[in-house]
Amino acid sequence: MFRASYLARKAGQLAITLFAVVTFNFVLFRVLPGDPLQLIARSGHLPPEALARLRALFGLDRSLPVQYWYYLRNLAHGQFGFSFTYRRPVSSILAERMTNTIILLGAATIFIVLLGVGLGVFAAARRGSRADSETVVTALIFWSLPTFWTGMILVFLLGVWLHAFPISGITTPGAAYSSWWDQTTDVVSHIFLPTVTLALVDIGQFILITRSSLVDVLTEDFILTAKAKGLSRRNVVWRHGVRNALLPVITASALYISLVVGGAIQVETVFSWPGMGRLIYDAVLRRDYPILEACFLIFAVTVILANLASDLLYQVLDPRVREA
Amino acid sequence: MAIAQIPLEDRPGARAALRRNWNLVWADPLGRVGVVLLAAIAVIAVFGPMLFPFNPQAVGRTAADILRPPSAHHWLGTDELGRDVFRATLSGSRISLLVGLLATAISILVGAVTGLVAGYYPGWPDSVLMRITDFFLVMPTLPLVIALAALFGQSLGIIVLVIGLTGWPSTARIVRSQVLSLRERQFVVRIRSLGATDLRIVGSHILPNVLPLIFANTVLVIAGSILSEATLAFLGLGDPVHVSWGTMLHFAFVSGATGRGAWWYFLPPGFGIVLVVLGFTLFGHTLDRILNPRLRGRG
Repeated sequence: MFRASYLARKAGQLAITLFAVVTFNFVLFRVLPGDPLQLIARSGHLPPEALARLRALFGLDRSLPVQYWYYLRNLAHGQFGFSFTYRRPVSSILAERMTNTIILLGAATIFIVLLGVGLGVFAAARRGSRADSETVVTALIFWSLPTFWTGMILVFLLGVWLHAFPISGITTPGAAYSSWWDQTTDVVSHIFLPTVTLALVDIGQFILITRSSLVDVLTEDFILTAKAKGLSRRNVVWRHGVRNALLPVITASALYISLVVGGAIQVETVFSWPGMGRLIYDAVLRRDYPILEACFLIFAVTVILANLASDLLYQVLDPRVREA
Repeated sequence: MAIAQIPLEDRPGARAALRRNWNLVWADPLGRVGVVLLAAIAVIAVFGPMLFPFNPQAVGRTAADILRPPSAHHWLGTDELGRDVFRATLSGSRISLLVGLLATAISILVGAVTGLVAGYYPGWPDSVLMRITDFFLVMPTLPLVIALAALFGQSLGIIVLVIGLTGWPSTARIVRSQVLSLRERQFVVRIRSLGATDLRIVGSHILPNVLPLIFANTVLVIAGSILSEATLAFLGLGDPVHVSWGTMLHFAFVSGATGRGAWWYFLPPGFGIVLVVLGFTLFGHTLDRILNPRLRGRG
């Protein structure tokens, strides 16, 4: 499916980018803030012996290149350091939190892609009509909403005012479930509002991209041919139009990952969702730098891999690019 | 000065172009709504705090002054310290707009210079600059901004720098691709053959042709910068002295205003953000459709 030379070049680029991110992370968190001991000790009034011991404990008495080497070696072993506030290795905290974020983002992404592409097709197929312009305006309005504020509004309307949904956490505290079905419905009722918040805000760009891409495709000659053959309107739009219009949507999906990661931080904060986003918020408030550092690295690597995946997918789907 | 006398095929009079583009924006319903929104917000931000000055020290004296619903005395009620929400919202508009505009200025400057240099010098300057651009383009913006703001402090200046220095890559890409096509055009080739320096070609002949595109992009970047500032401030990384709409929402959230149903506290700053961002987005999208050669003539 892919040429070996192409894959080799992509792998090389990936290695360089990952190395750049890891180094950037080291410079950002270890070199720029000045003396990391101040961050660990959180006070300037430690006796010199204690400072020296801390320095030795964290390897800060070594030269910068040696520290960098230790840092790389620890990363290779999946070690992200030690949290200041949880007093546990960061890797064990991350292991607990990551699944919850993946569940939330997975649910939101399914919503966003299906509804976003659907509404985009709906608008493009009716280009210039009232329904079309109303869809575009709605997409632009939702795009302008701050994610965290949308979450606050939904908490107020559906949680506090109507008592329709729980507004924080992933399960009801202290709940004892009589069956797995009970447990599932509890989690689903908790995930509903955060998912809707993410979907509302991030769906706009999917609608706009799908629409403008399909509008382009529908002006092509082969669409005219398809119409002239007497194919039904639905057949022309979906089989001939949408298939070709989805390519730019795939490119946009990579940017979406970067966006939705930011959305997760906001939504998890508002809804106290015990994932990585809430972890970041708490780490910011308590200035727990090892956690911030690890979360930043993981999000960055995720976005880079998503970009690579969308590049490869594009190659598979578009024969014109494959041959070039 | 002889060089400037050469007829430039795609440069009509600047003033006429400005008037024509303005008419096109005004003719578009969405563009018109955007312009009206922005004008209204500019008036509010300039005159609002003059008419209704906000004093952050004017806290309530008793528990009864705290989180009070709207009344004749406090038009939009009070916050968790008993301060007037209406006045705080007016004063917050200035901070939000100021940070958004200054950060955008940095983003556009860095992005435009990068794009101009990369587009004009193919070869190693282009590949080095585009590698750097792509690196920042794939970085998840919010986590990066959070990390930088958490490390370097919470003053207004730092926030402007952090948002400005992370928001430029898309501008660089757009400018570069436009410069790439311009530098091969007839009029540039002619000027070059007359011996004009690179600085002169880029400054007097390429830049003016990219400027409309940069302008449309600027308007959209402002919307993004204002959202970034609001998000950063909401997460507790705003300047505690200069209270923006995002900072207000941070305190509303932390003090439990949503749970207590104090809608008068968290609705006004949020609507402020939405209307400003929507104004810039509608205006920017309309400009982009008119000025971006790739989109021109599309529905």
